[in-house]
Amino acid sequence: MLRALVRHRVVWRVAGMLGTLLGVAVFVFVTLRAIPGDQITAGLGTEAAALTPAQREALERYYGLDQSPFTQFFSWLGNMFSGNFGYSARSQQSVLDLTLHSLPVTFELAVFSIVLALLIGVPLGMLAASRTNSARDALGQIVSLGGLSIPSFLLATTLLSVLAASFGFNPNGQGFAGPLDDPLLNLQQMFLPALVLGFGIAAPILRTTRTAVLEVRSNDFVRTARAKGVPPRRLQVRHVLGNALVPIVTMTGLQFGYLLGGAVVVEQVFSVPGIGRQVLLGIQQKEYAVVQSTVLVIALAFVIVNLLTDLLYRIIDPRVRAS
Amino acid sequence: MPRGAFSAIGAAAALSIALTSCSSSSGPVSSTGAAGASGGTLVVGVTTDPDTLFPWKATQFQAVNVLTNIYGTLTEFDKDLNVVPGLAESWKPAEDGKTLTLTLRKGVTFGDGSAFDSKDVKHSLDKIMDEATAAVARASLSSVKSVEAPDANTVVLNLIAPDAALPANLATVNMAMLSSDDTEEKLNTTPNGTGPFLMKKRVASQSITLARNDKYWGGEKPKLGGVEFRVIPDESSIVSAMQSGNVQLAVFNDPLVAQTAQGGAITVAKTPQLNYHALQLNATHGELKDLNVRLAIQCAVDRKQVLDTAALGEGEVTGPITSPVFKSDPQQRPCPTRDLAKAAEYLGKAGKAGGVTIKTMVSQGEYATSVNEAQNLKAQLAEAKINLDLEVLESGAFVDKWVAGDFDAAVALNGGRPDPDGMYGRYFTSKGNLNKVAGYSSPELDKLFAEGKATTDQAERKAIYAKVSAELENNAAWIWLFTGYTYTGTTLQVKGFVPMASGSLQYLRTTTLS
Repeated sequence: MLRALVRHRVVWRVAGMLGTLLGVAVFVFVTLRAIPGDQITAGLGTEAAALTPAQREALERYYGLDQSPFTQFFSWLGNMFSGNFGYSARSQQSVLDLTLHSLPVTFELAVFSIVLALLIGVPLGMLAASRTNSARDALGQIVSLGGLSIPSFLLATTLLSVLAASFGFNPNGQGFAGPLDDPLLNLQQMFLPALVLGFGIAAPILRTTRTAVLEVRSNDFVRTARAKGVPPRRLQVRHVLGNALVPIVTMTGLQFGYLLGGAVVVEQVFSVPGIGRQVLLGIQQKEYAVVQSTVLVIALAFVIVNLLTDLLYRIIDPRVRAS
Repeated sequence: MPRGAFSAIGAAAALSIALTSCSSSSGPVSSTGAAGASGGTLVVGVTTDPDTLFPWKATQFQAVNVLTNIYGTLTEFDKDLNVVPGLAESWKPAEDGKTLTLTLRKGVTFGDGSAFDSKDVKHSLDKIMDEATAAVARASLSSVKSVEAPDANTVVLNLIAPDAALPANLATVNMAMLSSDDTEEKLNTTPNGTGPFLMKKRVASQSITLARNDKYWGGEKPKLGGVEFRVIPDESSIVSAMQSGNVQLAVFNDPLVAQTAQGGAITVAKTPQLNYHALQLNATHGELKDLNVRLAIQCAVDRKQVLDTAALGEGEVTGPITSPVFKSDPQQRPCPTRDLAKAAEYLGKAGKAGGVTIKTMVSQGEYATSVNEAQNLKAQLAEAKINLDLEVLESGAFVDKWVAGDFDAAVALNGGRPDPDGMYGRYFTSKGNLNKVAGYSSPELDKLFAEGKATTDQAERKAIYAKVSAELENNAAWIWLFTGYTYTGTTLQVKGFVPMASGSLQYLRTTTLS
């Protein structure tokens, strides 16, 4: 009985995920075609005006634009299931190959950013909560206000320009190095973009931590623990933070999901060949297959991260398991 | 569980500290993965990698720049945009101008080692003329009836009518000579040309590396061991990469970026461009059909003001023809300086003394100054009771409407060409393939363009195109505004590079790196 219920819930969960992905697929497909222009004008620009009708037909055949939208949609979706994500004429590579190169780069950047964000956000959040309306609280507020209000492109460009002009330090000016080719250079190249992204994400994490910690601290068990003589540090980390983790994990998971698709600007400034840039180039060149397939991969990653976040609750909080 | 999580964070903290400490030890590193050979590898910073490697379809600036260094053409331009021999050592039109005989250079080989001869030329030109190829330069060969290859080193072009512009038309990379054994599919991944450099390696969206072609035919062999086009999507980031010594050469579009780059280890050279900014009028639409309305606009615009307010004054006021050899005199036009009284007079003649409204489209994002230009024009014309109804479009939408000729007026940055026939023949002759975009033609212009093609004498051609220029301005076909600059940034190590008005990087072949 219970088993059937669980199975039922899992089935629903999976169905929901597939429904979301299908929705994303349809949405991206339609939006892309609603943008004026196609791959021919994107490539040739105004020079496309000089094409004769026969030349235009030849190009439409070449790019597969002569097919009806229905055929385009279902052949693309069908191909996705068989692992064929389409082909990028611009880079002369399959979209799968492109994604296998760019997704790990963005994943590394996202993990790195989240680690930095947690390192900034959680301790500062705890510090701010430890005495509200004090100087340390104000510090937390200032940092989170900065993180939220300084646009990433400004911070990124400023950091890059100042370091390069004043110190000649610019690891990102060298060609991108994969973590396996040159791990040291790779980490250097990832550090600044991760710092910029991490600083932005630290703000919501900091605020969430502060609120959650304050809320947990007002619980009876904290007073009991203190009365029992639990040392303050242990009380803060084990009892208070431990119980405040669920909202922090939720926020972190959410931000991580966004990072997988939303690091475009920072990738652009620091020349990081990640998945955000792949989508951007795809849109600029109107390479429908590139955009559709990549966005679907990003959506899938987002959905998986959400699922993992949910699973993580059960591990960190017995109360979730019980319910 | 929290404990485990914390130790992981602790490890990460240690890692990040290690990182910051080691990062300070790394100074500028000279180009990695160099071609090895003497001369070193020059790193060129580019904002995007080529959208195609097939020369006959390449119109994107970055693609053209890479391919110019890999492929050869029958004729070439020198630094002043004069037509000089390329793969054709010489060419000679027949007395009646109905044939053009080209003598090919001997001993030229393609990158794959195969020999270049007249068979390849015939194959290439035939393919370019074939509509199924969708080559962008097809229209430049419209005067060619057929191509013959009587022997290995001679090619004869049979012409429908004399065409003095043909040698210049053969000089673009869109007319690159390909081996008759190659296919588009193959060349998309493995370029094979007769140029000074060979394709060595490509990492999509990141870099393209070329190596010196030791068998290059030119008297002067390329000195660099190789060239890497490194993709750095943001122009400001390219400046940073030059300051840190990672990139040695870059072409900038944005005058503001060029200003910040200048100084220290970077020199920025300004070259006037062939490309021109214009207010395109469509003389087949609405109010603009009336010559007097167009002339009123012509008289109501202070071009210098547009240049100063929209583009930081970075450029020169221009007439229609921008190439140095045939340059139009911007003073030779109705109202060379702004004259509102004259404008009012023209509007009165048109019976529109109360004012007119012109729908004008402008693209957002296609180039940096577009919207500012449009707004300045709107403000200036408003004082002459001409209301520009601005429609700001995303660049894709702009191009779509431009291509269809579906606009009354458009603020545009159009590409220029060294030869005035190649530049405007396609727009302003009644049979030109861009005439529907230009929106103006006349029997006089048809006659003048035909004369220009039929005359080989340079001085006579100059006189003819001066008349073309006057005809365009007197009829206010469009309102020509100004030309901008190409900014070429180089670090101190770079010597021997010559920037060109076309923005071409062809002189990478004479560049050295100290």
